[in-house]
Amino acid sequence: MTIDFTLRTVALGTAVLGIVSGALGSFAVLRRQSLLGDAMSHAALPGIVLAFLLTRSRTPIVLLIGAILAGWVAALLMGVVVRYTRIKQDSALGLVLSVFFGFGLMLLTFVQRIPDAGQAGLNRYLFGQAATLLEQDIVTMAVLGGIALALMVLFWKELKLLSFDASFGASLGFPMRALDTLLITLIVVAIGVGLQAVGVVLMSAMIVAPAAAARQWTNRLGVMVALAALFGAVSGVGGVLISSSGGGFATGPTIVLVASGLVFLSLLLAPNRGLLARWLQRQRSRRRLRVTAVLSDLYTLAQQHDDPEHAHDIAVLRTMSAGSGGVGHTLETLAERGLVRQSRPGHWTLTQAGRIEAERIARGEEE
Amino acid sequence: MTESMDGRHAIEVADLTVAYEDKPVLWDVDLAVPEGTLLAIVGPNGAGKTTLIKAILGLIEAAAGQVLIYGKPYPEQRRLVGYVPQRGSVDWDFPTSVLDVVMMGRYGHLGWLRRPGRREAELAMEALEKVGMADFAGRQISQLSGGQQQRVFLARALVQDADIYFMDEPFQGVDATTERAIVTLLKELGAANKTVVVVHHDLQSVPDYFDWVLLLNVRSIAAGPVEQVFTAENLRRTYGGRVAFLDGDRGGANGDSQAALDERQALPEAGR
Repeated sequence: MTIDFTLRTVALGTAVLGIVSGALGSFAVLRRQSLLGDAMSHAALPGIVLAFLLTRSRTPIVLLIGAILAGWVAALLMGVVVRYTRIKQDSALGLVLSVFFGFGLMLLTFVQRIPDAGQAGLNRYLFGQAATLLEQDIVTMAVLGGIALALMVLFWKELKLLSFDASFGASLGFPMRALDTLLITLIVVAIGVGLQAVGVVLMSAMIVAPAAAARQWTNRLGVMVALAALFGAVSGVGGVLISSSGGGFATGPTIVLVASGLVFLSLLLAPNRGLLARWLQRQRSRRRLRVTAVLSDLYTLAQQHDDPEHAHDIAVLRTMSAGSGGVGHTLETLAERGLVRQSRPGHWTLTQAGRIEAERIARGEEE
Repeated sequence: MTESMDGRHAIEVADLTVAYEDKPVLWDVDLAVPEGTLLAIVGPNGAGKTTLIKAILGLIEAAAGQVLIYGKPYPEQRRLVGYVPQRGSVDWDFPTSVLDVVMMGRYGHLGWLRRPGRREAELAMEALEKVGMADFAGRQISQLSGGQQQRVFLARALVQDADIYFMDEPFQGVDATTERAIVTLLKELGAANKTVVVVHHDLQSVPDYFDWVLLLNVRSIAAGPVEQVFTAENLRRTYGGRVAFLDGDRGGANGDSQAALDERQALPEAGR
């Protein structure tokens, strides 16, 4: 009974983190700022440790505020570096990420040397420890995440404008830099919400993966954000269930693996954008091209022969299509459509309908 | 510079200077555009054509200078201005539809928090109709050709219902249908006494499409009515003498002022 209750609490918590990071991560992915999420989550570590050192409290809300402030400062610093130095975006990201993370690790070792602070359990923020989620933690996560999502919905139109065409938005008079700061703040909050369960190292995956998977299935922003939230929740709950079903896998990494699995499936199977759908589409168009080619070849042969009804050897057609293969199969397809017929084994000629079709193609009209 | 005695100035730019790092991209540009003018901005790559538009719109900071729209600073006159950015400046794989993009042109009128509704959709459809894209309203934007993308951007500017339009290279890499659609639109806007400023690459079509021209190469070389300003001498000064002149393929060409040019031949890199 108590085990079930704990499991339910943990699953609820990871569902909240999945929903928040999935929805807000969509904007990060669409703005090509996925790596910004990575930098901000690593940068949260010194914030967590400093918050502990300053307050000597390990209440999640205190540490979370520290994490959010540090992530926010990191994002701000990156902007400053890019604007005022000649360092480009990617290098600035790498710099800020490693400086903040390194500083955080240093502080962490320092904390562990302080008597009776060693058990503060700050280590769990590195890789996350979902099992430590308590009911009040989940309330904190839900309230913070809820506020972030509410702001996202409230400023939906403005955030969409920012993500699609910021300079047009600026020409309309919207303060795009302020909106950019708002969006970054919301993403930092989303990261902060997930840190206790997933940890600073892997949290960026929860920003990117559900959104990347969702993008595959839809061409509408609203649907994408909703799907990403759903995928995030499924990853969170799925990860908790898998890791609790024995085997003793760490929860954070399992959640991230489930999310990655969803990305993999989406890349493969999604209609239109999926690899499989695109492969099928390519096959279809290749087949259509082959049909056209063989029909045109037969037409060319018929025109040069005294008797237009004369049947031509399949070998000739094979030579004409220069080894592109499947000539026999293509002829059968054409025969099914009544465009060609086989007068004797291996010898083919155009039917009346086939001649009309071939002439149409020769005139450059599409099917 | 010629100024019509009776007409108001839609746009007045004075001493505009923009610099990236220490390098000036625009130097001391003055420009006064009378209302109802179709103005082409031409000049070699890196001449600051896009920068000029962006500086006028306040999208980049000017080091010095002043911009007035109908006599007042731009921030007070936003509603009077429509903007068509370069097509390549956005990600066309963004998950949204044609109608949605066009409705963005109404966001300024809507202000904060209010969402576009039926009225915005109707206005967007009207604009799409004007650019011949009504059939594509529900289409995902990644499925559009370059010319169609351009027409969607034009429709978005049209729903802004502005008096002055800034268009950044609308003719860049578009098909003949789109080019015709844009030209028709320009003429309609001109007939409605709207002012249109277009960054343009094809020198050949300047006399046909526009009535004013600004020759720009960091500095303003010359600005005014096409027949007075669009001369071989001014073009040479703008392009540094690298323009090839092709005589006699324009009927009634009167010497230099009507010289037909081929920029592409002159500037191999301009084709991009």
